[in-house]
Amino acid sequence: MIPELGHFALWLALGVALVQGVLPLWGAARGRADFMALARPSAYALFVLVSLASACLLASFVRSDFSVLYVASNSNTQLPLPYQIAGFWGGHEGSLLLWVQMLVLWMVAVALFSRHLPQAVQARILAVMGLVSVGFLLFMLLTSNPFDRLFPAPPDGRDLNPLLQDPGMVFHPPTLYMGYVGFCVAFAFAIAALIGGNLDATWARWTRPWTTVAWMFLTVGIAMGSSWAYYELGWGGWWFWDPVENASFMPWLLGTALIHSLAVTEKRGSFKNWTVLLAILAFSFSLLGTFLVRSGVLSSVHAFATDPRRGLFILAFLTVVIGSSFTLFAWRAPTVGLGARFALLSKETTLLANNVLLMVAAGAVLLGTLYPLILDALGLGKISVGPPYFDTVFLPLMAPTIFLMGIGPMARWKETALPDLAQRLKWALGVAVLAAIGTGWLAGSIHLLATCGLLMAYWIICSVATDFWERVAPQGKGFAELRRKTGQLPRALVGMMVAHLGVAAFCLGVTLVKTYEVESDVKMNVGDSTTVRGYRFAFKGVQQIQGPNYDATRATIEISRDGSRITELSPEKRVYRVQQNPMTEAAIHPGLTGDLYVSMGEEVEGGAWIIRVYVKPFIDWIWGGCLMMAFGGLLAVTDRRYRRKAAASAQSANLLAQGATP
Amino acid sequence: MKTRHKRLAIAAGVLLVIAAAATLILQAFQSNLVFFFSPTQIATQEAPVGRTFRLGGLVVAGSVKREGVAVDFQVTDTAKTVPVHFEGILPDLFKEGKGVVAQGKLQDGVFVAKEVLAKHDENYMPPEAAEALKNAAKSNEKTAASLVVSK
Repeated sequence: MIPELGHFALWLALGVALVQGVLPLWGAARGRADFMALARPSAYALFVLVSLASACLLASFVRSDFSVLYVASNSNTQLPLPYQIAGFWGGHEGSLLLWVQMLVLWMVAVALFSRHLPQAVQARILAVMGLVSVGFLLFMLLTSNPFDRLFPAPPDGRDLNPLLQDPGMVFHPPTLYMGYVGFCVAFAFAIAALIGGNLDATWARWTRPWTTVAWMFLTVGIAMGSSWAYYELGWGGWWFWDPVENASFMPWLLGTALIHSLAVTEKRGSFKNWTVLLAILAFSFSLLGTFLVRSGVLSSVHAFATDPRRGLFILAFLTVVIGSSFTLFAWRAPTVGLGARFALLSKETTLLANNVLLMVAAGAVLLGTLYPLILDALGLGKISVGPPYFDTVFLPLMAPTIFLMGIGPMARWKETALPDLAQRLKWALGVAVLAAIGTGWLAGSIHLLATCGLLMAYWIICSVATDFWERVAPQGKGFAELRRKTGQLPRALVGMMVAHLGVAAFCLGVTLVKTYEVESDVKMNVGDSTTVRGYRFAFKGVQQIQGPNYDATRATIEISRDGSRITELSPEKRVYRVQQNPMTEAAIHPGLTGDLYVSMGEEVEGGAWIIRVYVKPFIDWIWGGCLMMAFGGLLAVTDRRYRRKAAASAQSANLLAQGATP
Repeated sequence: MKTRHKRLAIAAGVLLVIAAAATLILQAFQSNLVFFFSPTQIATQEAPVGRTFRLGGLVVAGSVKREGVAVDFQVTDTAKTVPVHFEGILPDLFKEGKGVVAQGKLQDGVFVAKEVLAKHDENYMPPEAAEALKNAAKSNEKTAASLVVSK
């Protein structure tokens, strides 16, 4: 009964989504308030129905109802409860349901928090989101129904892929999807503005917090995925330029560009067309990512099934969405005003340059991701584009971007003078250069590339510090005034500083781990020890243990330095009972200045094991940096002006809407 | 500065960035594209010597020999076989008789692998390995067919 209920709820949801997608849009065009008023209640109804479907799938998982095909292929009675729940999004069908669930979650949030917007704008935004959900609901119902039955029901399920049985699986996909799908809100705002023709600074102010929140989730989601790969895949890498990673990274790059150009549109009214284009592109890349991951064109841990119908459906949907929104853009964008003028050297130009660089970077990633697929599809042979390509392209593009990150916040709107900027930033640059060389010297070896990376990180830190000091410097009134001024800094500004410092922390982590990490694979007998960078790793022995749904061989490795014991690590080699796949479970001793990482290779003759011993300096700073970026975003969206001005903007918006929809 | 000049300057700047990026991308492409070759192609000397490429096929049963950290095994597409040398830890799902993809260079007839790629579950065959087997099967059929004809 429960699966049928869920299935039925999905069909009902499709009907509601159709109503929501069509009628309010029509009502907005004809000025009919009764049709426009349908948008909000149908958004709530859609949310309830989709949540009901999700609850049904969840219930089937928790009840281990193996007569549901999807549950039978992704769960097992021995599977611990958290992973039974995570099994919801462990496969293709459930991931799609999660996608739609996130979409309706955003939709209901928009419906709740956009009451102050003029009715026509609300109606259009919700209608666009409704249309997107029509596409995904159809896709799910026609090609990938998670509630398909399986007769006769097997006695037990096929189990969740062992790689996915990890706490990361519980949190990473929902967070990532929340971010991915969140760009739909910016997209809907953009399309609504294009249709209504009321694209202005107020529009940017409405869009900005939504975009920032989506970007925060995406940032955290990507960081989680990366750290999960680091400890779960067992060989210590944290980013592989895998097509699926790229699929989430490209929207991130565009989303980052979007956040910055929205700032210009809000403050100065410039770049409107560009901002709208970015909003469309960011969501298009989210859809493209979904296509890449869900169509089965890629073979990786994330691509669950290969069914050509699915690929074709998403491709068609992608074409419709991207094609129609670009047509709309080409048709309506020329009518959108140009905004305030700015000089060649101004904050606007630095932000424009940052946008161009981020776009080009996204384009380069796109090319590297799609090129092998296109060649393969055309029958021109199999090739692969590996990390070296991305590294060589990405670094030179990021270097100027980061250089601009120091200048942008210091530059003035409209016009800024170069000598003045140079004067204000000379100390920052000097200190950054010295610190970069100094760090290399402290670490014992100076590399050109490492110095560049360190220079970028210190440049950000120093320029943020300069910016901060300029704003709070007490004019002769001492510490009390400094504290008062710090307290008065707008939260959005502090958010920007924190996010930029996050980038610095990220750069530090990447540079230091790439340059100074030590990786060694050694053959060890019980009792042997090996010394890596001053740390002594002693192999104490192995024992057999039993987990809830796996058997494992656990090694004990004691780490000491200068004779004093630091910790004892227990990496495992697991065999999951159902799928009989071996899995390496690394053991990590994390630390602020670096991780000690141990994982087991294979057993060789006479009870000896090949053991992987890594020292990874400052690697946690990579993820710490990402969290800081996200925290900066959180500070920015909680800025007082969004709350204070809500009332004021509602008023001005009403005036505007009256002008736009007669 | 006139507005027209300003626009020109901005457009020139944007073009410059894109041109620089394009050059960069092309160059990176040229030196970092990794092509795929099957054991048969290696036997007919189609594969480059001294350049990194990928090799795919099945691990020959009984061919895996470990010595300390180093491991030697053979990869076949059922028509031809190539010896592979690798130093390090093999992925969890590396098994004799199963599909494998290795990336590395050909040195004196031995494929020295820098990386042996993991597959993620039991039923999954790396696409490159599947391709190699399919091609070899085709050419086997062809030889068989030509034998029949020559009879």
